[in-house]
Amino acid sequence: MSSNTHQVPPALAGGTRRRAAAPDPGSRGAKKRQRRFALLFLFPALLILGALVVYPIGYSIVRSFFDASGDRFVGADNYTEMLRDPATRTALRNNAVWVLVAPALVTGIGLILAVLTERLKWASAFKMVIFMPMAISFLAAGITFRLVYEQDPERGALNAAVVTVHDAFAPSSSYPGAHPRDEETLKEEKDGSYAAANVSPGKPVELGLVGVLPKALPAAAKPAHQPTGQPDALTGAVYLDFTPGGGGTSGVIDTGERGLPGMTVELVRDGKAVGTTTTADDGSFTFSGMDDGSYTVRLPEKNFAEPFNGVDWLGPSLVTPAIMAAYLWIWAGFAMVLIGAGLATLPRDVMEAARVDGASEWVIFRRITVPLLAPVLGVVFVTLVINVMKVFDLVYVIAPGPVQEEANVLAMQMWLVSFGGGTDQGLGSAVGVLLLLLVVPAMAFNIRRFRRSKP
Amino acid sequence: MTTTQAGERTALPLPPSAPTTAPRRRLASRLVALTRGGLVRVVLVAVALLWLTPTLGLLLSSLRPRELSSTTGWWKALTEPSQLTFDNYSALLNNDGMLESFWNTVLITVPTTVAIVLIAALAGYAFAWLEFPGRDWLFLVVVGLLVVPVQIGLIPIAKLFGVLGLFGTIPGVVLFHVAYGLPFAVFLLRNYFAEIPREMLEAARMDGCGEWRIFRRLVLPLGMPAIASLSIFQFLWVWNDMLVALIFSDSGSQPLTVALQSQMRQFGSNIDVISSGAFLSLVVPLIVFFAFQRHFVQGVMAGSVK
Repeated sequence: MSSNTHQVPPALAGGTRRRAAAPDPGSRGAKKRQRRFALLFLFPALLILGALVVYPIGYSIVRSFFDASGDRFVGADNYTEMLRDPATRTALRNNAVWVLVAPALVTGIGLILAVLTERLKWASAFKMVIFMPMAISFLAAGITFRLVYEQDPERGALNAAVVTVHDAFAPSSSYPGAHPRDEETLKEEKDGSYAAANVSPGKPVELGLVGVLPKALPAAAKPAHQPTGQPDALTGAVYLDFTPGGGGTSGVIDTGERGLPGMTVELVRDGKAVGTTTTADDGSFTFSGMDDGSYTVRLPEKNFAEPFNGVDWLGPSLVTPAIMAAYLWIWAGFAMVLIGAGLATLPRDVMEAARVDGASEWVIFRRITVPLLAPVLGVVFVTLVINVMKVFDLVYVIAPGPVQEEANVLAMQMWLVSFGGGTDQGLGSAVGVLLLLLVVPAMAFNIRRFRRSKP
Repeated sequence: MTTTQAGERTALPLPPSAPTTAPRRRLASRLVALTRGGLVRVVLVAVALLWLTPTLGLLLSSLRPRELSSTTGWWKALTEPSQLTFDNYSALLNNDGMLESFWNTVLITVPTTVAIVLIAALAGYAFAWLEFPGRDWLFLVVVGLLVVPVQIGLIPIAKLFGVLGLFGTIPGVVLFHVAYGLPFAVFLLRNYFAEIPREMLEAARMDGCGEWRIFRRLVLPLGMPAIASLSIFQFLWVWNDMLVALIFSDSGSQPLTVALQSQMRQFGSNIDVISSGAFLSLVVPLIVFFAFQRHFVQGVMAGSVK
């Protein structure tokens, strides 16, 4: 470390190698020369840093006390406006959620992946895959995730997966929108089912529905079966009450009308379901072995439910978690690689000793690995906090226009009020200063860490 | 990644299940351990596939015609490879706006990277090996500047560049990037240069080498690993930037990210343009990543807490 130069004069440090003929590097002349070179070497960097980083900090602080045009001193008005304005408050709230959730989530996942891959033969290949998104721009990642989150399950990968899983557990209805032509036999119930009351064994029921496009019928659908009465049994048919080519009488099974296969039919007595069946390809169904009396035949609501169309990932309520997932995709590799490097430096013997003593892997992880990794975890976490505070591109690209306000964050709000749309550079400066204030603790952390690292 | 690999190598002499403990373990617990090992592998393969899926989706989307993209998902191409076509890319290469913005990206990124490396190397050497009053104090300021958000500079520099006539020009964008990349660059290079053995520098000085010569003949070659990491890191950082270019470039000087961003408003109907453009903007960083993986990882690691 260079700070040695202060404690040990160069003349002493290099003493053994000194040659009599060479000019003394510790001499006044040499020092003067070094100063001159230092000034020369530092000049470009200091000029640019001074003019484009340090000066803007001062300018922004001053500017934040002036109005939109910069002509009038308004005191703290921009700051009170910032805390009052609903858009900025949403941005503040979202930033808080981001800072509370994202760094911890990314660090946690990174830690888990680092520990799991520690002894893996193909660890470097795995790490490469997870780390790769770090090289990609937020814009490209944002576009990638817009495709993932596309609402239409036919086009969005995530919703396609969600719908597939959902339908595996709760099959979607076959006849969304089907309904009786008039509510004479079948009456709609509160939950959207249709029921025919006062049916009894021996008397067949014909349940005609409309509202299904003939081409939407299952391929297996056959011409509707005209039910005939059977003793001690309730027979019936559910059919599409629509005669292709016109003609036909409504409420009657005409030639050419087809049954509705796969329709769930419930038999209800005194408000309790006593039987369930499914219609055959010709729409017929039978409940046999019935006692006499009055029953109700019900076509439950699930026959008619609109199909599940997936989750509205980019809707107002889920947009921030959805963007965070994209953020996780990008940064998990960073956390994993850094923590993995820390893991590799841990003393193996401590863990082996614990293992020999019979400690479980979980106890070793919690009591030894994590505490020893604390410094690395701290660095990863703080890096992510600083980064998350300034998150902009990802939100701007992923959040669709209408929900941009719900997904707003400070960095985006700063851009919106002063460049993209608004022109209030006073308010924009105030938001910028707030962002700077928020990273001051990280600045202190850095400076302290650096000072401590010096020998 | 070298560090990780080295770590794994040192970890190897200690086998996962130390033979001394094996006989004491019951068969059941060994079976559990075995299946757990298998389970971990399955989980990791699933995670890797999950991580690759979005990029694969983008790639396949970029290879499908617009009519198909607006009705069905990219995964249909997995079963029907005949859907794939390079039409979107040939359209992209005939799209003057996109091509121009691609070149603008290059014209912004390369000079920025070169300038940052040069300026930071000079400053890093001065901070590490030249004595002058206030050196440590000044360097702490640089460390403090590491985390300054670019947002603080947007308004003042937009005004400044307006006066200087740099607003909306490529040199303006470059200058902004150089300024906000410098603290990290100086920090990284100074720390690396400081590790150069003192004796080498003293010997060179003793031999009568001037500072410029020492810098060029000794410090730059020895600092190459750090310079490589820094270059790659900066290159990607600037290549991937959108915010700075969104403000400081105009329609003639905008890079690819901004050109693509302006297409996002019609997202859904122009997936062919957006996905192929996004893949074009992503393929250069990926090549850099795979070619210089080691340096890139080191650069990222050195840049943590920025």
